Amino acid sequence: MSESRQTLQFAAIKAGDTLPEREFKPDNVQSMLYNAALWNGHRIHFDEAYAKEVEGYPGLVVAGPLLGDWLNQCVEEWLGEDGRLMSIEYSNRIASYTGDTLYSGGEVVACREADGEVDIDVFIKNEAGEVITPGRAVAKLNA
Amino acid sequence: MTELLSKELLSTIGRKAPPKRELVTRRDIRKYAVATGNRQRKYLDGDQAPPMFHVPLFWDVVELSELTPDGVSIDKLLPKFPLEKAMAGGLVIEYHKDIFPGDWLTAERTLTDIYLKQGRSGPLIFYEVVMDIRNDDGELVIREKTTRILR
Repeated sequence: MSESRQTLQFAAIKAGDTLPEREFKPDNVQSMLYNAALWNGHRIHFDEAYAKEVEGYPGLVVAGPLLGDWLNQCVEEWLGEDGRLMSIEYSNRIASYTGDTLYSGGEVVACREADGEVDIDVFIKNEAGEVITPGRAVAKLNA
Repeated sequence: MTELLSKELLSTIGRKAPPKRELVTRRDIRKYAVATGNRQRKYLDGDQAPPMFHVPLFWDVVELSELTPDGVSIDKLLPKFPLEKAMAGGLVIEYHKDIFPGDWLTAERTLTDIYLKQGRSGPLIFYEVVMDIRNDDGELVIREKTTRILR
């Protein structure tokens, strides 16, 4: 990302370190491009009348795996080229809607010296501060 | 309570969907990277596939007549469950190898488990589907386990 970022080294990482937060404002255009890239025809993501009148949602639903992708990006932007995302798990708990403002972020929860890996709790929050998509990632720092 | 999981239902554990083999292209990577708001150059340029690129690569492509009225394709791997209201599930993705344009990848999905738990307001059925994605050398590239909950 930025040219001036410092190399991330395992020895300098400790539990409690936070990952940079990022703001997202999913809109109709991004939603259309994302669901088209997937070939996802689920109407709750692009047919507002259907989402509201038939399914009873307050608006167009942001696709769950898009929120999952943002968790991956949160870890990868923090790692840069200094490590590798090994695994991630997440769960979509609370729905969010086109037009919402959402935030990604994370916190290191464990460092395992034996294998140079760190465990990171990651999240997507909504404007009310609720964690709508919690997750856990494992990253391995370059030796 | 246990009768929710009939022998017939449990016998579907281990069922596999037909494997799907797909080609990774630079253009598809770029479209996905743009659509997800990715900010890393190697992905925006399509030099490498970002994490979760397997999601668009292996999303079901079915004919219009096979979509339900709400625009969803029916997952033929799944049996008919006695509970049908889907709740939030989760997934675990292991990234074993990086993915680049030109790679041919094959995904095989297996229904690996069906089990029951008692929720606060009644029984819940959990099921798990594992998708293994391998390259043409047979090496595991991604393993994704999805858990879904029905009430």
